[in-house]
Amino acid sequence: MRVPLSWLKEFVDITLPVEDLAERLTRAGLECEGIERIGVEGADLPWDPEKIIIGSILEVRQHPNADRLVLADVDYGAGVPHTVVTGAPNLFPYKDKGRLPKPLKGVFAREGAELYDGHAEGWVKMRLKGRPVRGIMSDAMLCSEKELGLSEDHEGVLILPDDAPVGMPLRDYLGDIVLKFDVLPNMARCLSILGVAREIAALTGAPLRMPEMTVVEDGPPIEGRVRVTIEEPDLCPRFTATLIEGVAVGPSPLWMQRRLTMAGMRPINNIVDISNYVMLELGGPNHMFDADRVADQHLIIRLARPGERLVTLDNKEHNLDASLGGGMLPLLVCDPQGPLSLAGVMGGASSEVSAATTRVLLEVAVWDPTIIRRMSAALRARSEASKRFERGVDYELPPLVQRRALSLLQRIAGGRVAQGMVDNYPRPWQPVTLDLTPREVRRIVGISLSAAEIADLLRPLGFACDLIDDGAAVRVTAPSSRRDITMLADLCEEIARMYGYDRIPLTLMADALPEQRNNPSLELELRVRDLLAGAGLDEAITYSLTSMAAVAAVNPADADASLYLRLANPLTPEREYLRRSLLPTLLEALAQNLRERERVLLFEIGRVYLKRAPGSDDPRPEEPRRLALALAGRRYERSWHTPDETVMDFFDLKGIVETLLSRLNISGVQYVPLTDDPRFHPGRAARLERDGRVLGVIGEVHPDVCERLEIAAPRAMAAELDLELIGALVEPVRYRAISRYPATTQDLSLVAAITVPAAQVAATIRKYAGALLESLTLFDVYEGEQVGAGKRSLTYRLVFRAPDRTLNDAEIAKIRQKIVRGLEHDLGATIRG
Amino acid sequence: MALIDQLNQLEQEALAALERAADLTALAEWKSTYLGKQGALSRLSRGLGALPAEERPAAGARFNAARATLEQALERAEAQLKRAARQHAFEADRVDVTLPGRAPAIGRLHPTTQMLRTIYNVLGEMGFQVWESPEVETDEFNFQLLNMPPDHPARDMWDTFYVETGPGEPTLLLRTHTSPGQIYAMRANAPNPVRAILPGKCYRYEQVTARHEMQFFQVEGIAIGEQISFTDLKGTLVAFAERLYGKGVKTRFRPSYFPFTEPSVEFDIECFLCGGAGCRVCKHSGWLEILGAGMIHPTVLRNGGYDPEKVSGFAFGMGPERMAMLRYGIDDIRWFFSGDERFLQQF
Repeated sequence: MRVPLSWLKEFVDITLPVEDLAERLTRAGLECEGIERIGVEGADLPWDPEKIIIGSILEVRQHPNADRLVLADVDYGAGVPHTVVTGAPNLFPYKDKGRLPKPLKGVFAREGAELYDGHAEGWVKMRLKGRPVRGIMSDAMLCSEKELGLSEDHEGVLILPDDAPVGMPLRDYLGDIVLKFDVLPNMARCLSILGVAREIAALTGAPLRMPEMTVVEDGPPIEGRVRVTIEEPDLCPRFTATLIEGVAVGPSPLWMQRRLTMAGMRPINNIVDISNYVMLELGGPNHMFDADRVADQHLIIRLARPGERLVTLDNKEHNLDASLGGGMLPLLVCDPQGPLSLAGVMGGASSEVSAATTRVLLEVAVWDPTIIRRMSAALRARSEASKRFERGVDYELPPLVQRRALSLLQRIAGGRVAQGMVDNYPRPWQPVTLDLTPREVRRIVGISLSAAEIADLLRPLGFACDLIDDGAAVRVTAPSSRRDITMLADLCEEIARMYGYDRIPLTLMADALPEQRNNPSLELELRVRDLLAGAGLDEAITYSLTSMAAVAAVNPADADASLYLRLANPLTPEREYLRRSLLPTLLEALAQNLRERERVLLFEIGRVYLKRAPGSDDPRPEEPRRLALALAGRRYERSWHTPDETVMDFFDLKGIVETLLSRLNISGVQYVPLTDDPRFHPGRAARLERDGRVLGVIGEVHPDVCERLEIAAPRAMAAELDLELIGALVEPVRYRAISRYPATTQDLSLVAAITVPAAQVAATIRKYAGALLESLTLFDVYEGEQVGAGKRSLTYRLVFRAPDRTLNDAEIAKIRQKIVRGLEHDLGATIRG
Repeated sequence: MALIDQLNQLEQEALAALERAADLTALAEWKSTYLGKQGALSRLSRGLGALPAEERPAAGARFNAARATLEQALERAEAQLKRAARQHAFEADRVDVTLPGRAPAIGRLHPTTQMLRTIYNVLGEMGFQVWESPEVETDEFNFQLLNMPPDHPARDMWDTFYVETGPGEPTLLLRTHTSPGQIYAMRANAPNPVRAILPGKCYRYEQVTARHEMQFFQVEGIAIGEQISFTDLKGTLVAFAERLYGKGVKTRFRPSYFPFTEPSVEFDIECFLCGGAGCRVCKHSGWLEILGAGMIHPTVLRNGGYDPEKVSGFAFGMGPERMAMLRYGIDDIRWFFSGDERFLQQF
């Protein structure tokens, strides 16, 4: 809401500097988001009071040396008229007419004045310098709106009203300050000058003034000439109508145009402008019909009927069916022949005020917020009117709006006002009355106030307050302008607001600490994040929304849209589906980073969204957490220390995953070769299993996927793990007693078929080694001529230790023998040493 | 020549020879030449026996002194040579200490995660514990239970992504705030008091710009009990702000509006970028909006299973990305979900 200060001052005296006023209102809940100055000090272009002055154009003469220039003699209060050279086309009609019988008023700028350059694109400031133009000295000018910063208009010079006082600095005549407020839904009353003024009056104690409302009812009575029938009283609690005849449509006066412009609306003509002006001023949207285009001057408020259509003011034709009312039938203002307008939302083209209009039928009504909201949403046309109706308009306001509008119409557009007003008011305002005790104020706000003090805080806002129960409580009745007040908590807010939020003391909760609980799920996340960061991965958070194309790029088989939750209103096709895997977005991030750097390691913890089986009790999807890892590029950062140019491979990622699981104390995870997952290299991928349950997958990303994602690295690795399952497998850490006896180390080198997995070899060694084997480390793997085709050599270091004694050579030899036989027997391995 | 003269000559000669010994080998050679069992000094001392008995003690003492002199000279020479050798080794070992070190590869946590942890820690010390709730919500939880029945104008404050559902199925949407979590936390605790924080991802149907994201995190907090009032809300939030932004930070409370709180509050701190003078970041107001809060609306308390006439409580909500943006001076929220290491590696 944009509020010109000059307008506000008509309603309430303001003595505070404008910044202080803005801060005061902000602290009272009406947030001032900005202060815009026009022409005054502090404006982008302040109008110098010495140099930009209202002048009177006495005579316009042809420039002796230029056809397209004229000379204007301007009296700006200096006694002697000053000659101005100008090319303003709107002065040409006055050319060489001698001294004008009725001088024009304009804005005279003297040499040295700072103005905007009228010819420049945008707002470029310039300083007025004297120079001869075609032989005549030009050291002053008449200004266009653009040159003053009032609008983009540079077609001609600004002509001021006849009563503009010659010699007055323009700053004092048109300078203004606009306060920009962010009006929250509960402050709908402040969507008007009156509402803002009322807040200021309550806060400062200044009296509130109402504007000029004089109407001369010099026409015949309205009764019998205008009829209103409300068929839907619940949707239209009040409808008033008045009639004014003999109006002349034309431009509205400059002051009104200026205020509308400053408030953010475009001036159209005097009738429409008055309608808007009164809406902004009092907060009551209204509609002006051309009365001659309303059949029988009979307005009928009803729901749309099947097949009805309406062309609205914006020249769009609408089918008036339930799609226009968000499931409800649209509410219309009709005449006996059919629809005239969408109630409270938009007028119809057929009954619109035009240049030929002489009789205006003025509608001021109160509508049900819900139907207005639905219609304006369906139309995608949030108008200034619908914005106010949706939030609730004061039931008692329409007569006031009628009088103010008629008063302005009569003054500005002329005409005779029909006597009386049609006031159809089927659902009168029910005032809300609440009994508020000091105890309740203390309980909610935390401050101790007496009933009398409570009443004193509320009364300036228009609440009627009576002390009851011998002063133990206040009976509060909200004014009709406060439809937001429905319960005690609302009054507590008003009290806190008027008392001043900043004056309310600070305390720390005196309540006992509520029962505390552990949160293993959060602790797991914290732990995993720390471990992975420690392992050198950076944490990414990607979008939860993705596209089928992005899913298909990673795995065409996953791109079955029916499995996914889809947005009904996506913003872009790239963010249309809720993800079922973190890999598409994380691999995208990997690919992107690889364009910038040689080594990228990323992880993400986030939710995926899985539809529940049909018929499930909970309509919401499951949202299990996943952990994804992605890495590619150099194993070591390029540096001067090491010539190692190797790139990461499957085992870099596997090592990270193994470390993570082991640090979480999860054991017994098996890596089962994964050969048919289109996301992964068939020879370099594994499924992680533990007791038949799948923890996730890990592998080298399939070259096809790398190609589609344009991953610029020879190999990229990725894993996705089920964080919920990992959490379930975490075992508590148990201390193992540390043996005081020495260890015995044995190296064992064996040759086995390549098809025998290393995990199986290790398991076999463990099986035969028994409990004395403390650790088993594979430290060499060799394939080549020396061991023969289809075979490989594996070399392990075995460390044996007993908790209670020093192992002797004979014991070790016996165990070794057992292992060797076992390997030979179970795996057909041969021992090399 | 008298024995003592020979000794003096030998001593001079040995000292001079020592001067010339350039390395440890030469020193060893010198030692055996002069001080060894068959060395010059030993050989010369054999002449002592030929001296008259009365001269022998003095001459013997002179021989001992000469040996001591030579031995000390040798020690000094050895020490000096060792020092020179070590010095030489140091020279050979010298590195350019300005060359970069070997960096351990330690990753970084996302700035949102870091900010969340700060929030957990500070509020955790005040007894607020983390609860979580779904991101895909029903209209009921996201709006209705939070005092926004269908067609409530305040719904405009949250532009919403809706999820496609079949006919007859309840409306699903992406939660626009973490406030639905309030209801879960309340229902899990009512009628007992509770202090909870509810972190998580939220979504808004909003064109993505430098200032607005379609996805962001929020942390909601609630405290409910039998004697919790607006003054506690103020005290708690100021304590929180002082932990995050420093003791004595200037704060401002101003009335605001949220459908699920009444009274409602906007909580500002003095802009730490301009010190309150006004700058681009604080939109020339001198204040930074840090969080929204209020006393929980009676309807919401009731929906959470509490009796609003017996208990009261406050709620607050904040955006960790916005807080991180202010803390680090980040000018574009889109970096947060870009997964771009150029961003991630700065925190």
